Amino acid sequence: MSEIAEPLRGMESSDANAPLETALRFEKVSLSFGVRVLMDRISFALGKGETIILLGLAGMGKSVLLKLANGLMRPDSGEIFLFGQEITTLPEAALLQLRRRTGMIFQESALFDSLTVRDNVAWQLMERQMADEVIDRRVHRALTFVDLDAAFGQYPPSLSGGMRRRVSIARAIIDKPDLILYDSPTGGLDPVTSHTINELVVKERDAYKTASILVTHRLQDAFTMVTHRFDRERNAMVALPAGEFDTQTRFMVLHESHLIFDGDTEKLLRSKDPFLRNLLA
Amino acid sequence: MPSVLLTENIDKAVRRWLMTVQDYALFCAQAVMNVARTPRYWADTLMQADLIGVGSVPIVVLTGFFTGGVLALQSAASLAQFGAQAYTGRFVSLSMFRELAPVLTGLMVSGRNASGMASELGSMVVTEQIDAMRALGTDPMKKLVTPRVVATVTALFLLTVIADSVGTLGGASVAVFISHLDGAQYFSSAYQALVYTDIIQGLTKPVVFGFILATVGCYKGMRTTGGTQGVGRATTQAVVISSVLIIFSDFLISRVMLWIFPPL
Repeated sequence: MSEIAEPLRGMESSDANAPLETALRFEKVSLSFGVRVLMDRISFALGKGETIILLGLAGMGKSVLLKLANGLMRPDSGEIFLFGQEITTLPEAALLQLRRRTGMIFQESALFDSLTVRDNVAWQLMERQMADEVIDRRVHRALTFVDLDAAFGQYPPSLSGGMRRRVSIARAIIDKPDLILYDSPTGGLDPVTSHTINELVVKERDAYKTASILVTHRLQDAFTMVTHRFDRERNAMVALPAGEFDTQTRFMVLHESHLIFDGDTEKLLRSKDPFLRNLLA
Repeated sequence: MPSVLLTENIDKAVRRWLMTVQDYALFCAQAVMNVARTPRYWADTLMQADLIGVGSVPIVVLTGFFTGGVLALQSAASLAQFGAQAYTGRFVSLSMFRELAPVLTGLMVSGRNASGMASELGSMVVTEQIDAMRALGTDPMKKLVTPRVVATVTALFLLTVIADSVGTLGGASVAVFISHLDGAQYFSSAYQALVYTDIIQGLTKPVVFGFILATVGCYKGMRTTGGTQGVGRATTQAVVISSVLIIFSDFLISRVMLWIFPPL
């Protein structure tokens, strides 16, 4: 893992000093597809610097919840507050501005195939027509963060699945987001690459205290998140002492259109709910 | 009972069709209004103009040349029966400028580019690249659709001018080398036959055709569902719908033009 020589945060980012009480809040959000109710009056809040690990079976709406959080989809009813602003009725033009404060890592990376890694990572900076040398410097810094600087001039189709996922993370974090939404960042990857991705997520969480939601099917990854911290001096992820868990990270479980669990690691492990016991087994 | 079911099905189909037409109309309106809104993606527009315009020159030149040639071949044979072979140039230029150059250029570019737009944008939709673009704060309508519409309208206008010229030249080649007519007479006849209304009619059509093929291609691409199979479906539909609409609108424009500029 490469060093964090200097903060990745760019001085160009706006609203960086604005106080945030909650990064994201869902208030009785419901969504249906035809006759199928995907979410039924779901409410939760994500505070500044907090991380939520969202668990659930496939098809329960975890990815949809991330898209709702970012305004990429709109709910049937309820309210969603992103950085304190209600977004369910916000016009797309205003949403586009607000989304510049979020970073999103898609399940299949969603990199732009016809652009180089440099242009993918630099997308937001190029949109703001920043000088090429500033863009290059910040892209190198972001790629160094994900230990992939060598891929600077390559095209996404020539990269492995793990490398694409890391480029996707670099693209999401380059502009200092206040909220990061990870949609199964380790899905379909081998254990070694998954470990690298987990380390990046923990590094972003601990080094920059960015609020985040992480969707995953892999319990192992989820528990790695709560049982490890990022050690800046060793520049690596290290295990917390036995029995200790990261206090800023909590779990939510989405099942059959309801949030059936929202709490910390100890509460999850103590839960007597048969579904949760089965999920953790 | 079956008649009730039939009525319900027709009702659903009509509603679905009306919703699609409304959605397409809003899509077109947004694409046009974005021309006046910032940010404007001039570099993307130029790149698309190069891909659509310059890239289509070979097929337009070939189509135009051989269409002009075959027109001259057929008309010279028919006109010879009345001793009116000297009118070959007139026949070719009128046919090319008024109808064949705009329509054939529209159809050729539709086959090449409406399908390309639908498949490219459709692939971006199914691989979540469009969502990623929105998540990064970029409006895909401004970034992807408006540049393609502006580039196609401009390019098709210029390609039609090329097809007009090359078609007349193709006709001249056949008239001179196969039908053994006098070249100067051919060009003189071709030039004298044309009046401003023919030019206006011939150059209004590619603007409308370009708008149709670009908006249909982009619309089908941006509304793709159903994975890779859906991309294939969107591509086919884009070509079929834009081709039919081009021919249909050609009829309407011709009718309107004849009403505005009645033949003397």
